[in-house]
Amino acid sequence: MIAKWLIKENSYYDSVTLMLITKEIEARDDVENAVVVMGTDLNKDLLNNVGLLNDETKNATPNDLIIAVRMKEDKFDEIVAKVEELLNKKKSDAGDDYNPPTLDSAIKYMPDSNMVVISLPGAYAADEARKALENDKHVMLFSDNVTIEQERELKELAVSKGLLMMGPDCGTAMINQVPLCFCNKVRKGNIGIVGASGTGTQEVMVQIDRLGGGCSQVIGTGGRDLKKEIGGLMMTLGIQALAADPETEVIVLVSKPPAYEIAEKVLKTLKEAGKKAVVCFIGGDDELVRKYGFIAANSLEDAAFKAVALAKGEEPKDAPLFEESEEIIDKMAAEERAKMSPKQKYLRGLFSGGTLCDEALKMFTKEFGGIYSNIALSEEYQLKDSKKSFEHTALDLGDDEFTRGRPHPMIDSYMRQQMILKEAEDEEVAVLLLDVVLGYGSNEDPAGSLVEHIKLAKKKFADRGQYLSVVAYVCGTKADPQNYDQQVKKLKDAGVILMPSNAQAVRFAMKVVRGL
Amino acid sequence: MKVNELFKQELKVINMGLRSFATDLKSQNVEVVHVDWRPVAGGNKKMASLLSKLKGK
Repeated sequence: MIAKWLIKENSYYDSVTLMLITKEIEARDDVENAVVVMGTDLNKDLLNNVGLLNDETKNATPNDLIIAVRMKEDKFDEIVAKVEELLNKKKSDAGDDYNPPTLDSAIKYMPDSNMVVISLPGAYAADEARKALENDKHVMLFSDNVTIEQERELKELAVSKGLLMMGPDCGTAMINQVPLCFCNKVRKGNIGIVGASGTGTQEVMVQIDRLGGGCSQVIGTGGRDLKKEIGGLMMTLGIQALAADPETEVIVLVSKPPAYEIAEKVLKTLKEAGKKAVVCFIGGDDELVRKYGFIAANSLEDAAFKAVALAKGEEPKDAPLFEESEEIIDKMAAEERAKMSPKQKYLRGLFSGGTLCDEALKMFTKEFGGIYSNIALSEEYQLKDSKKSFEHTALDLGDDEFTRGRPHPMIDSYMRQQMILKEAEDEEVAVLLLDVVLGYGSNEDPAGSLVEHIKLAKKKFADRGQYLSVVAYVCGTKADPQNYDQQVKKLKDAGVILMPSNAQAVRFAMKVVRGL
Repeated sequence: MKVNELFKQELKVINMGLRSFATDLKSQNVEVVHVDWRPVAGGNKKMASLLSKLKGK
């Protein structure tokens, strides 16, 4: 093996671009390890782990690009040329004629810009967000690793100016029909959403679209907005903005259950808005929602179902448990079970969307008493090793420990592919439950990147005289860039049972395992 | 409120960080400028903090 490295000083590239390039280089047969990273301390740990840290790479700065490769024979020049070609391609795909070097110069270049989207490393993100707000620009802050004190400070500044400060850790928003970061393309309509959870918001948008409704604006707040330290500053501002927006007739709030006093504060603001509203505090306090005269949703799909009814001027009812008749669903579940061996008992959920996983955990716990997870609802069900499923398990593969040094599973399916194969080794598994999230930001062919591994897993079960049931939900619309129909077809062709919402997919999976 | 003014304007975006977010916007014909950002003072935190103090004066 030959190890070679190159340091390109003063050439900054973002982490996702570099991770995708690293993956492409590592896929070569003649390469054992490839690391293409900026010289940050974290990345130096990564180099150290694969034995590519040395005196030279140790001295690189966060502004220097490191290309380090261990290979069978010296093809380093060829590999470096390939890396450069890929970097240039990424640059030209963005199609910009001019890339100003700083926020200040970008504002001078486009003085009428009104939104700054920031996905820089957390240590730098807050400073840039503050600068944007000081220049009267709205901000969407995708980055995490911003302290709660900084978040409070940024949001107070934004509120004092009447500006949006979406985030930190805000993955989804749609402003003036433009999807930002991870977001589906949905029909225009009269439903406005303020959401504190990324894939939860995506699910509500997608379901609204599926049920024939449309969205006016979708405002993200970031996951910590309803914590006591922040006090719902952005959710409050978001509600007020939708209240004053003539295009918005129905307001939907989406969040994990907030602290009681923050929930009260938010609901009071919603009352003052004077518009029809649906509140989805996923698995939270419905009583409080009803006390304020609002409609509580029992799932993300249900929030969309009720909002669409309100938007049409109809009386909102609970969403049906299944779109198909219960009789057909029962028959489908029985057919799945009939093909299994007596050993097969357990559900294994492998999720890319954190809130979709959380919804599954809550639904499953309500019916079965508990389910193991890396984001478990209680200490008792917290997995000691997240890569070792136990009995009924659902994993959030977008959680930090799975994404260290590699892109989020909505961008890159590698980790999910590995986990699908791992679950296939376990004879006690009965049902594999998957989410496939489409939309801008997501992998360009998520179904295609999973089907080969699904088929391999099914084959492993068949070779043992067993049968693996795979249930999935495609969270996407026909207007998404991935081609919804093709995504669905790829999964169906691989023998996957598809359900039209996350809640229905979870319910179907539960039906199958309940009878085992 | 400024947010409600935004709702009436065409969205014009400055993107800092992941280039793919700019690519997605560009593909939808949204006006976007991608910043060729790099860490202040080459990522040297002490130097960056000194520089920001100087700027504040």
